[in-house]
Amino acid sequence: MNAVDKRFATRLDTRSGGIDMSHGGGGRATAQLVAELFMRHLDNPLLNQGNDQACFPAPSGRMVMTTDGHVVSPLLFPGGDIGSLAVHGTINDVAMAGARPLYLSAAFILEEGFPLAELERIVISMAGAAEAAGVTVVTGDTKVVEAGKGDGVFITTTGVGVVPDGIEISGDRAEPGDAILVSGSIGDHGIAILSKRENLEFETEIRSDSAALHGLVAAMVEAVPSIHCLRDPTRGGLGTTLNELAQQSGVGMRIREDAIPIKPDVAAACELLGIDPLYVANEGKLVAICPAAKAERLLSVMRAHPLGRDASVIGEVVADEHAFVQMETGFGGQRMVDWLTGEQLPRIC
Amino acid sequence: MKYVDEFRRRDLARGLARAIAAEADPARGYNLMEFCGGHTHAIFRFGVQDLMPENLRFVHGPGCPVCVLPVARIEKAIELAERHGVILCTYGDMMRVPAGKRRSLLKAKAGGADVRMVYSTQDALAIARKAPERQVVFFAIGFETTTPPTALAIKQAAAEGLENFSVFCNHVLTPAAIRHILESPEVGEQGRLSIDGFLGPSHVSSVIGSRPYAFVAEAYRRPIVIAGFEPLDVMQSALMLIRQLNEGRHEVENQYRRVVTPEGNLKAQALVAEVLTLRRSFEWRGLGTVPESALAIRNSFAAFDAERRFDITPSDRGDVKGCLCPSILRGVKKPTDCKLFGTVCTPENPMGSCMVSSEGACAAYWTYGRFRDAGGTRRKREQAA
Repeated sequence: MNAVDKRFATRLDTRSGGIDMSHGGGGRATAQLVAELFMRHLDNPLLNQGNDQACFPAPSGRMVMTTDGHVVSPLLFPGGDIGSLAVHGTINDVAMAGARPLYLSAAFILEEGFPLAELERIVISMAGAAEAAGVTVVTGDTKVVEAGKGDGVFITTTGVGVVPDGIEISGDRAEPGDAILVSGSIGDHGIAILSKRENLEFETEIRSDSAALHGLVAAMVEAVPSIHCLRDPTRGGLGTTLNELAQQSGVGMRIREDAIPIKPDVAAACELLGIDPLYVANEGKLVAICPAAKAERLLSVMRAHPLGRDASVIGEVVADEHAFVQMETGFGGQRMVDWLTGEQLPRIC
Repeated sequence: MKYVDEFRRRDLARGLARAIAAEADPARGYNLMEFCGGHTHAIFRFGVQDLMPENLRFVHGPGCPVCVLPVARIEKAIELAERHGVILCTYGDMMRVPAGKRRSLLKAKAGGADVRMVYSTQDALAIARKAPERQVVFFAIGFETTTPPTALAIKQAAAEGLENFSVFCNHVLTPAAIRHILESPEVGEQGRLSIDGFLGPSHVSSVIGSRPYAFVAEAYRRPIVIAGFEPLDVMQSALMLIRQLNEGRHEVENQYRRVVTPEGNLKAQALVAEVLTLRRSFEWRGLGTVPESALAIRNSFAAFDAERRFDITPSDRGDVKGCLCPSILRGVKKPTDCKLFGTVCTPENPMGSCMVSSEGACAAYWTYGRFRDAGGTRRKREQAA
């Protein structure tokens, strides 16, 4: 890296410096930012080549590609930050096809004035998340917008991976009779974020569940290659994800409220705010739909994995031309679990 | 979880359901109006109706402050934001309620008006403190439940000399609305709408107490049970109403004793009386003009009354053609009776307030219960096509 260092008169001031328009100009300032911040921490052979693209041999088999924009606010929250969230989120989207994630790209849109110290913390976090997951960020981009035109930092990540042969996982494959499983407690991430929003601060030890799920998925598809659907219930929560899958597959679903795992803190926070936990975002959980005969096996494999300890069978797929998702309430009655309308808002009285 | 799990226990629900089934007289019907939108929501969300016998029907009342606010008042709020450039602070539900010409506070916000969602009056005060050069208006709505915070906010603003703060007051009163429904032609002479008894509001009653409902029992000879918000509260209250009706009694009973007392929260009442005063009459969506049913800001606090501070032109716009919110709010029609329900009018594209508010009957029915009538709705769609 010595050759790179000699280009710059002084080191990047990551202690008290901030992003300015020159960092987006494409010139020396940009090069220094990329070298001393991004490449330094994300450090891997493909990235270090310093090209505008990464070139690697095409893996054999079917490839998977996915992309995500990350605009979370606040940038830092209990259990993670926008950086680790970006890495986990994109790895998970790849994993939901049953695929093994290989490479990520990361494009940053930075707001003029954004502190370099914060940016460095985010990038270090990304690097840590990627390394823990065994995935590399091999290419990226940096742009800067004027102050007031961006919320600190926006990150867009794209990921590619490979699907093993014999795995056919898709949202349109659910069949009547299939079992519906969830890998753990719902609502952790959304409540962790809400607990840090300016005018909603409440004391809680809820941490975001942000995590890379590809290890769990690998164990699952190895034990039960006939899994029909996988999806991680992020924005819109479990309720929205189930509706998406029901719609795609043209089936209905019947779930049981009692079977859905939820942490008491999360349930309490939802009660306080008048929010339905079914619609609160998760960043380290997945929904799996598999043939009924395989449900028990799948459940035990999930529970054997650290990220699936609280896995549960929550219901089954049924024939239903309306593609309704219905739930038997803990109370014994029936209600629909509809699509989320707009954004969830707390009740007023 | 304390105070929640205990009230949602399935075994207790089953016990109550058995008692209700045993005591409900098969020879008659029980039409119980739950006044409060919160109860409507609870009934649908927990599927309480499924645990009731066939001859017990919940009639959904107008206790949804978002739903009963007339279009004209929302238009005024939009105008405050758009034409007067104020920071308009509002509760979340109000943002999506459709006003005339498909406008709403949310659309005004998207068009550049400074509309901000707040969770409480304290948020609005904080905004006013932080931006002394801007006018900040709090869009106050709600039944008696939310009147103490509004009164307190005005007093605080007065004490601090927070001159850029004002309140657009739209508080409405529960007993007046109940009386108006009982006086309405459908219930009174025509007998089209049968209301045998009432589930009284929970948190309104925590403020005003259970005494103000005496007229329901005495003058109109209907039993009324003040009911808590949890599904078990609703069931126990239904049982208490069934018993009163079977025994020919019509009394005010309090099921929500853990929160509601006969005289209510006297301190809160005094606070409200100090700052707010009765309007001679107020227009309600669906109920029409109701005398002495709403509150305005007293002259002593006129400086913080947005209606006096800003010149807001009254508008004459009404509901969308075909929207049955007015009838649904009175309990005369059900959401599925409305031609717009589920066709043009959905939570994403609401035509009326009943579909917007999380406590509106149409929203509750659509979100939690439309699977019950799925066949019916489809048939209607086929007929309409």
